[in-house]
Amino acid sequence: MAFEEGLKIELGKQGVIVTSLQELYNWGRRSSVWPMQFGLACCAIEMIATTMARYDMARFGAEIFRPSPRQADMMIISGTVTKKMAPQVVRLYNQMAEPKYVIAMGACAISGGPFKQGYNVLKGIDRYIPVDVHIPGCPPRPEALLQALITLQKKIDGQPLTGEGRPRFLDAEAQGEFPVPEQGEHDLEPPSNPAVWPVPLTINK
Amino acid sequence: MASNPYFSLAVLFVAALGFGLTPLGLAWLWGKVFSPAKPNAIKNAIYECGLESKGDAWVQFRSAYYLYAIIFLIFDVEAVFLLPFAVAFTGLGVSACLAMLVFVLLLVEGLAWAWAKGVLTWA
Repeated sequence: MAFEEGLKIELGKQGVIVTSLQELYNWGRRSSVWPMQFGLACCAIEMIATTMARYDMARFGAEIFRPSPRQADMMIISGTVTKKMAPQVVRLYNQMAEPKYVIAMGACAISGGPFKQGYNVLKGIDRYIPVDVHIPGCPPRPEALLQALITLQKKIDGQPLTGEGRPRFLDAEAQGEFPVPEQGEHDLEPPSNPAVWPVPLTINK
Repeated sequence: MASNPYFSLAVLFVAALGFGLTPLGLAWLWGKVFSPAKPNAIKNAIYECGLESKGDAWVQFRSAYYLYAIIFLIFDVEAVFLLPFAVAFTGLGVSACLAMLVFVLLLVEGLAWAWAKGVLTWA
């Protein structure tokens, strides 16, 4: 049941805390986002630094890096995704339990970065899996990763549990399988997943 | 029943058991009722660091590895027992000495076996 924001603040001033099931549920989810323990390239070093005492990712409830996708909520694509590695990354994302989130860390994970012209580098992991937060940088500072985590927490906080705009895991109709690409003759097959990444229209004049 | 001196222990034991099992049960119930399961073939596949698993996971190890187990027992586990044996040697009774002797002799037999098998020769 929806209630007025003003009334809630007024009650809070009088020492009465009012919440909704949705807020409570999302508060629990965003406060224990467990990342998956895997690094791809140099960004992984920054990711490791973020978990250590100086930057202390534990402040946000995300310190428990799980070595198995079955126990992880969040995947940090920390570095260059080569075409050799992309099928494994997509398969690991598939094997994570719902609800799952993805942070694309650094220029390479977003677009291929400085290696975009390379024949063996995937030009952005969002061609195959849905990315929730992109962080630019080469590599991004640990503060940027923390910012991404806070952004993700805000996103989780705002997700409605019912009706339009609810996340995939609460939609019984939505499918949870993301096809794993295979090594083709010249490129990965298929080169992208049209369900998550509509191929941009190229106009040659 | 309540007059039994062990009654309070039994109560504590049941409480401890409930303390451990209740969260497990609740987690199981939560998983059954509320968890948003979206199973598919890729998700249910064997986890092998992102690679496709090849063959069966129930493989048998070669029995020849027992030699490593013997060597490990002789040179690692035996040392753990020999040290306290040596420290307490002067105050030991006959039966303790005999038990230790049997243990050491068994391992010496293993050493002789491994030696005869040629495990101790490198290159």
